[in-house]
Amino acid sequence: MAILNARDEQAVRTQFQQLDDPVKLVVFSQSLAAADLCMENEQLVREVANLSDKISVEVLNLAIDRERAEAYGVDQVPSIVVEGARDYGIRFYGVPTGYEFSNLIDAIIVASTGEPALTDETKASLAALAGPVDIKVFSTPT
Amino acid sequence: MRLAQHMAVASDRVRATAIEATEFPDLSRAYRVMAVPKVVINDRVQFEGALPEREFLAAVLEAAGADAAT
Repeated sequence: MAILNARDEQAVRTQFQQLDDPVKLVVFSQSLAAADLCMENEQLVREVANLSDKISVEVLNLAIDRERAEAYGVDQVPSIVVEGARDYGIRFYGVPTGYEFSNLIDAIIVASTGEPALTDETKASLAALAGPVDIKVFSTPT
Repeated sequence: MRLAQHMAVASDRVRATAIEATEFPDLSRAYRVMAVPKVVINDRVQFEGALPEREFLAAVLEAAGADAAT
């Protein structure tokens, strides 16, 4: 059974008209850990990717594809890496439903355009950062 | 997450991870998540609720500055 209904799909298709560069969604799963959530996550990502030919999907196994997981800095499943022209460092841990679904769609669009919707002041401050900044955003679906 | 992911695209130094709190109870406990959204930057600056861009940036700079000072 599909996760997205026809109305969701139409809304996302309209938003995806803004897509520019190709986007790759790298999904990490692991059947021994959170098997049901991993399956739901993979299905959701595939349904989203089907809504634009600019989006591709690669499914990896956290336990088997350890080097890739390490390179992406991913240590949880289910998870999604949203990659545009390069890896911008955007990760989703957990199945992105509810509010997180709109954030996933927004992440795909900004990774594709490479044009963050931020003020010039913010962009200038971020450009001057001397060290790494790791932002974790905890949320719940509703 | 919206501001965080736009900041990640704006700067190679920034990474943004959205974490579904109920699916990762251990992480939520470790970061003392009592209300959502909760934002934790460099494991030391944290706030609950959505902040406007200017205040969010101030928290990012505070976290980055704290790192630079150590």
